[in-house]
Amino acid sequence: MTSLKVSVGSSHRRKPVSRFRRDLDSGFRRNDGIKKSDPARRLCHSNCNFQASVDPRPSVIEERLKKVKRIIAVTGWKGGIGKSVIACALALLLAKKGYKTGLFDLDFAGASDHIILGAGGLFPKEEKGLEPPLFEGVKFMSVVFFSENKAVPLRGANVSDAIIELLAITQWGELDFLVLDMPPGINDAALDVLRFAGKAEVLAVTTPSVIARDVLARSLVLYRGLKAPVLGVLENMARGPAPKGIAARLRFDPGLEAALGHPAALIKTAFCRDLISALKILKLEE
Amino acid sequence: MHEWALAESVIKAAVEHAGAEKLKKLKETGVVFGGLQAIDKDVFVFALEEMRKQFPCAKACKFKIIKQPAAFRCKACSHEFTLKGLKKTKDEAEFIHFVPEMAHAFLKCPKCKSPDFEISAGRGVSISYIKGNR
Repeated sequence: MTSLKVSVGSSHRRKPVSRFRRDLDSGFRRNDGIKKSDPARRLCHSNCNFQASVDPRPSVIEERLKKVKRIIAVTGWKGGIGKSVIACALALLLAKKGYKTGLFDLDFAGASDHIILGAGGLFPKEEKGLEPPLFEGVKFMSVVFFSENKAVPLRGANVSDAIIELLAITQWGELDFLVLDMPPGINDAALDVLRFAGKAEVLAVTTPSVIARDVLARSLVLYRGLKAPVLGVLENMARGPAPKGIAARLRFDPGLEAALGHPAALIKTAFCRDLISALKILKLEE
Repeated sequence: MHEWALAESVIKAAVEHAGAEKLKKLKETGVVFGGLQAIDKDVFVFALEEMRKQFPCAKACKFKIIKQPAAFRCKACSHEFTLKGLKKTKDEAEFIHFVPEMAHAFLKCPKCKSPDFEISAGRGVSISYIKGNR
C-alpha cells in the first residue's frame, strides 16, 4: 500500500518574489500559444536568462493610471439595477462640477453607456496609444468603439484580455476621477480590473429587492477580502424605509427613461438631484 | 500610433524582468508579433529604439521580432483554421488591430460559421525570451 503524506501548515515561509515573477508563477500572464516547434521558441538559445511567453501589457497599466487621482468602480452583482445609469450620471455630474473626469464602460457583454449618454459617432484618437474622445466634458472609452455595436461573443478569458488591452493602450492623462462601469457580478474581468486599478474605490449599487440586497451582502464580504475600499452603498429605485448600511438613496424616477440619451436632460432629473446629494455623503466632492 | 503604447509595455516588462532576475544590462529581447493584431513593425521598432534610451539597463538591448501566424480553433465544431481566407473590411481589420478580441464580432469559423472560437496562437504582442548580463 502506498501512503501519501500531506504536509499541512508548513513552517517554510514563502520567499518574497517580485510582481513580475509572481505573475508568471501564478500563470496570470497568458501563454500566447507558443509551442515547442514554434519559431518563437526555436530562436531561444541556451544562454537566455528567461524563456517563456510573457504578456507585457500589465507592466504599463500602472503608468496609464498614474495621473488619475481617484478611480471609482461602480459595481452591482445583479443585472438591471441601474449601475450603468449611475456610472454615466456620476461622470456627467463630476465633469459639470469642474472635475477632470473619465468614464470607462467595462461591461463588454452589455455595453450601454454610449446609449445612456447619447454618444454616437465617436472614436478615440490614435496618439501613442488611444486618447478617449471627450463627450460632454467626460473622456469616454467603450468597447463599442471597436465592435460597431455588434454582439461580441467573448468567453471570460477573452473579456479579461480585451480589458487588459484597453487598460494598456488608453492614455487617460490627468484626471480627478475615472469612473469605471464594471461588468456585473464578479468574474475574471472584474477581478482583473480590481487588481490592476489598485487604487479603485468600490461604489456598490443595490435596489430594495431582497435578492439584490442578499447578493450585495456577499459582494461586500468579497471586497473586504480583496482589500478593495468600499466608498459606500447606493440604493437605486429606492422606496419605503431606508435599510441599514445604505450610504445614500436614489428614489425611483419615472422621468428617467425619457432623459436617457440626452445628457442635458439627464442631469436635470430627480434621479440626478438625488445623486448630487449623494456626492457629499460619499465624499466625492469637497 | 498605438504601437507606441505596446512598445512601451514591452520595454517596461523587459526592464521589470531584468530587475527581478538581477540583470544589470539587457542584451536581447525576443518580441512575438501575433498575426491577428497586425502590428506595424516599422513603427513598433522605431518606438522601441526611441524609448529604450529612457531605461539605462535597456539602452543597448536589441529587439528580435518573431512573427507568429494567427491560428484559431472552433469551439463548436473543433475545426482549426487560420486568417487566410477569412474576410474582413478595412474598418473591421482596424478594430481587430486595436483589440484582437473583436475578431469574435467580425470573424466566423469557415466550416460551421460559429463566432465561438478560440484564438489558439498569434493573438498579439508578447515577449518570448530575454538575454542579459548579471
